[in-house]
Amino acid sequence: MATKSVAKKQVETPDGLTEIRWHGRGGQGAVTAAKMVAELALGQHKYFQAFPEYGPERSGAPIVAFTRVSDEPIQVYAGIEHPQIVVVLDPSLLSIVDVTKGAPDDAIVLVNSEMSPTELRKHYGLEGFRYYTIAATRIAVETIRRPIPNTPMVGALTRITGLFPIENVVNFLREDFGKKFPPKVVEGNINAITRSYEEVQGE
Amino acid sequence: MATTDRDILAVTGNEATAEAMCQIDPDVVCAYPITPQTEVVQLYAQMVADGRVASEFVTVESEHSAMSAVIGSAAGGARTMTATSSQGFALMWEVLFVAASYRLPVVMTTVNRALSGPINIHCDHSDTMGGRDTGWVQLYGENHQEAYDNCIQSVRIAESMDVRLPTMHMYDGYVISGAIGPLQMLTKDEVQQFIGPYRSINPMLDTKKPVTVGPFDGLHGWYFEHKVAQNRAMDRALQVIQDVADEYAELSGRQYGLLDPYRLEDAEIAIVVVGSTAGTTRMTVDKLRARGVKAGMVRVRAFRPFPHEAFAQALQHVKVVGVMDRADSFGAMGGPVFLEIRAALYDCDPRPQVLPFIYGLGGRDIFPDNIEQAFAQLEDVAKSKKRASSERRYLNLRAD
Repeated sequence: MATKSVAKKQVETPDGLTEIRWHGRGGQGAVTAAKMVAELALGQHKYFQAFPEYGPERSGAPIVAFTRVSDEPIQVYAGIEHPQIVVVLDPSLLSIVDVTKGAPDDAIVLVNSEMSPTELRKHYGLEGFRYYTIAATRIAVETIRRPIPNTPMVGALTRITGLFPIENVVNFLREDFGKKFPPKVVEGNINAITRSYEEVQGE
Repeated sequence: MATTDRDILAVTGNEATAEAMCQIDPDVVCAYPITPQTEVVQLYAQMVADGRVASEFVTVESEHSAMSAVIGSAAGGARTMTATSSQGFALMWEVLFVAASYRLPVVMTTVNRALSGPINIHCDHSDTMGGRDTGWVQLYGENHQEAYDNCIQSVRIAESMDVRLPTMHMYDGYVISGAIGPLQMLTKDEVQQFIGPYRSINPMLDTKKPVTVGPFDGLHGWYFEHKVAQNRAMDRALQVIQDVADEYAELSGRQYGLLDPYRLEDAEIAIVVVGSTAGTTRMTVDKLRARGVKAGMVRVRAFRPFPHEAFAQALQHVKVVGVMDRADSFGAMGGPVFLEIRAALYDCDPRPQVLPFIYGLGGRDIFPDNIEQAFAQLEDVAKSKKRASSERRYLNLRAD
């Protein structure tokens, strides 16, 4: 898949370590999603780490967050330079941020978009990597009634990475969100997750 | 040994600390919020409001007032805690010495952050490294678990009758404080049993035995002898820190010491580091070892008192030691940890070369590649017949 313009990258990652980099805009819930994946990993008896790159905490400003999931205790404390998975919560970032910077050739790039991966590539002139798309904002509006794409992105991520079974994600939402939010919000989020799990598109 | 099947929680470093404070349940907490410590104070205030603790929570208008109120409370006879960061720590400055010289066994969490200016809220160790001569015991933690564990152990160290010095424990701002990581907790009963009841010495609130605290001592008073007594208590703290760690290991299954060596036994090159970067360094050591490079590392846990002898013993056989400081001492030969390590190794024969590295100021990221670069420099020096220059080496510094 890699073309001439994409350099071959051999990245050494310890076995059993998955590194996810989240790109979003302030207010889209990227940090919450990064943390949610860490908590889901805990439910799988895996080790985890999740943290944002603290910058300007303005609504709409580009932000970055990181999640590590591992079979072994995680020692490294640094931002993720070579993510195996890149999650883009806002497609407009594709024109202004190098979201695949440092990613290995076989990295998965999951983008919140109405387009199919092929259309997305054509529209933004994207080469290399493995692109997936999900209309997360639309799904969020239809299920949660708010344009916050983070939980749908986690649903799509669950499908394409197989990091944890979808039932675990649903149970987590029921238990964890159930403590903080009214049942209507919890069910909305569960719908968002299951719908995006079904609707994510690959190439 | 304790069981390892305790529940693992996903928490921020600050949550881990607030939970430790909750289980300690001190008589009094006086604190003022500051980034990146804010969450600790906020969570603790919530615990007080929810009745999870019996502590008296004293809100104050600044960190100077927070430390002053802490001193009043501790002198009055109460087990007292607080927390701060950066500018807040700097604002406490003059009263930090007072807490230490009154021999008040206060415990303070300091979440490490850079000092202004330019204004910077991110991690480095400038705040507490600057406070190394205040007379407080200083423990630096590596991760979420240690933030919790050190908070609990600090109570025992501070209150030990051999020490009776205020104790601060640190962890890296944001990198640990705001990140989600794993934590295994003890039960509140276990913590209460470990720390035991508070024993106050000459409390001001004992009206049957009136005492004066902090009077003017005068030119012909005992100030000098008082300072020597403080330093002797600091010396005795070395043994106490180790004893408390050993006892805590029996309870928790997690062993700590004055320092935390890794693959040093046959190391030819080694890095000395403080805080969360130790984890990244350990990983790099493994990578280099797989290539046949005899690399090792040691993490500083106790910085005050500084375990000179233990470091000399751990590093005497190493050819070249790189010391990574996340704070600088302007105009000195190197950062604060470098100065200690170089002094500690002066009496070794043969004497290892000790080189200063500065990294991570104002939260500049420190990647595994940067640590490999540092090891590569140490390797070059180890191969060379000439002694290397001891000028500062900077990691992940942008070109001019």
